[in-house]
Amino acid sequence: MNPRKYLKVYSKFLHTSLASELEYKTNILIDLITAILSLIGSIFLLSIFFQNNGSIGGWKFEEALIIQGIYTILNGITNTWFNPNLSEIVKHIREGTLDFVLLKPIDSQFFISFKKLNPSGFLEIMIGVCLLLFSIRINQINLNLIFLILSLITLICSICILYSLWFFISTTTIWFVKTWNATEVLRSFLYIGRFPLNSFSFSIRIFFSVFIPIAFITTIPSEVFLGISQLWQILLTVIVAIIFLVTSRKFWLFALRFYSSASS
Amino acid sequence: MKNIIDVKNLSKSFDISSKKPGLKGTIAHFFNRKTKSLRVINDISFEIKEGEIVGFLGANGAGKTTILKILCGLIYPSQGSILVSGFLPFRRKDNFLKNITLIMGQKQQLIWDLPPIESFYLNAAIYDLDRFEAKKRIKKLSDMLEIDEELFIPVRKLSLGQRMKSELLAALIHEPNILFLDEPTLGLDINAQRNLRKFLKKYNKETNATICLTSHYMKDITSLCKRVICVHNGSISYDGKLDLLLNKLSPIKEILLVCRSEEDAIKLQNSGFSIKNKTKNEITIIVENKSITTSLKTILDNFDIEDLYINEPPVDEIIGKILIKKDYDI
Repeated sequence: MNPRKYLKVYSKFLHTSLASELEYKTNILIDLITAILSLIGSIFLLSIFFQNNGSIGGWKFEEALIIQGIYTILNGITNTWFNPNLSEIVKHIREGTLDFVLLKPIDSQFFISFKKLNPSGFLEIMIGVCLLLFSIRINQINLNLIFLILSLITLICSICILYSLWFFISTTTIWFVKTWNATEVLRSFLYIGRFPLNSFSFSIRIFFSVFIPIAFITTIPSEVFLGISQLWQILLTVIVAIIFLVTSRKFWLFALRFYSSASS
Repeated sequence: MKNIIDVKNLSKSFDISSKKPGLKGTIAHFFNRKTKSLRVINDISFEIKEGEIVGFLGANGAGKTTILKILCGLIYPSQGSILVSGFLPFRRKDNFLKNITLIMGQKQQLIWDLPPIESFYLNAAIYDLDRFEAKKRIKKLSDMLEIDEELFIPVRKLSLGQRMKSELLAALIHEPNILFLDEPTLGLDINAQRNLRKFLKKYNKETNATICLTSHYMKDITSLCKRVICVHNGSISYDGKLDLLLNKLSPIKEILLVCRSEEDAIKLQNSGFSIKNKTKNEITIIVENKSITTSLKTILDNFDIEDLYINEPPVDEIIGKILIKKDYDI
């Protein structure tokens, strides 16, 4: 693998995606409005939950805002990279255009995971970062280097887990042909990540930690921000992220053996 | 010339599910899907030499596209051995992929909202070409394909012919040695088809690239391929020269002779040629392909002929016979 070549190709991906998206200016504006309205809606919902109770599952409203901030950043990343690319896998496989990807001297997983980019997702990431910075301020969190490194590590792990899950489901298209519903179910589960996991019952918590690792995606990074997470939780997040990444990679390579291409 | 493609005893089976009509059939299909293994390629062997242009002929579903896709490494073979340019195609090694290209008439790789030039530079980056080299190759190929302004117009606004030329350029920017073309002229008008064939001939001549082609337009096959491989139900029914096949399937030609007088026509009628029909001074004779030159010389030397027409049976008609017949022993 030649990193210089991959960087060059990625810069071309960025260039072509931006140029494609900028062809439709109105669409970008609509996406920005959607992102702002979605955030306002979520905060409004949270404020209703916390209206009568000072805390839910041990989380105060101000602390829950951190989860909301992380969720908004992740949702922005989803809309910037995962949605435009991973949703296309289904289309590539159904229509047989994966042929062009597989015949290029470049890693196919890299190609289909990063070829497109939706710049309007950046706006959501920025909104999320602003909300997170605001939450850090109102929660009077002391920023220091270790805190920042740990937060960044858990955030990167969240992104890896989310990507791997989505990629894994999309890969199953090679056998099942249509899996749009499955990725929609995954997105619906992720909405749950906007709320502190402690606010759910024990069984639901176990479900969202083991089967759909929502806990690792939003709750644990938020706990790192609040300084209430334990080291083993962070280590576990890293291990889970590595397992998910490796599994999704192996699964993709295995699935390609069964790719039969679409008929002409 | 050395073999660039070597296929021995290749077979491929797919699992296919079928569904009965109606709601009952749909429910049964949903809960208890029955699949059966279907052998789409059945123990085929062939070799292709470097620089050859080979046409794959066959009816829809005969297995032509599957063979091309196995050759370029998209589909794993169920049995048999394949070597393409010294590589096992299904491993899809970078050095192998840099040697080949696949062009499909019905699918496109160009970025829809952007001018083709953007897709060319993206492909150049993927094939690790520097900007200077990419620019040089784009210039050379666009000159050969006779496209210029189209390179800077969004793909969605190009005509099908212009789009196909751009697809070709995108697919050839890495100067592959082997081209796999699956119905490249599909949907193109007559002029666009002719231009494409002209380009492929020129490309083959200049680069000595090997071309494997499938097409339902017989003109593509007759003007490009000296050799054809006929595929029938996943097996090879004929592999050899196109001329020989056409000769075998249609060994005769009809010659309409317009004599200057009716007496000449009667004299010609009694001269021993096989006569199809005669009206006044016009007479149609049947001649074997191999003796056409000597027959014509005899006629022109001995009879007063005003005009003559040689009727060849349409190639489409002859090829049509191939698609439904199983074996040709030539």
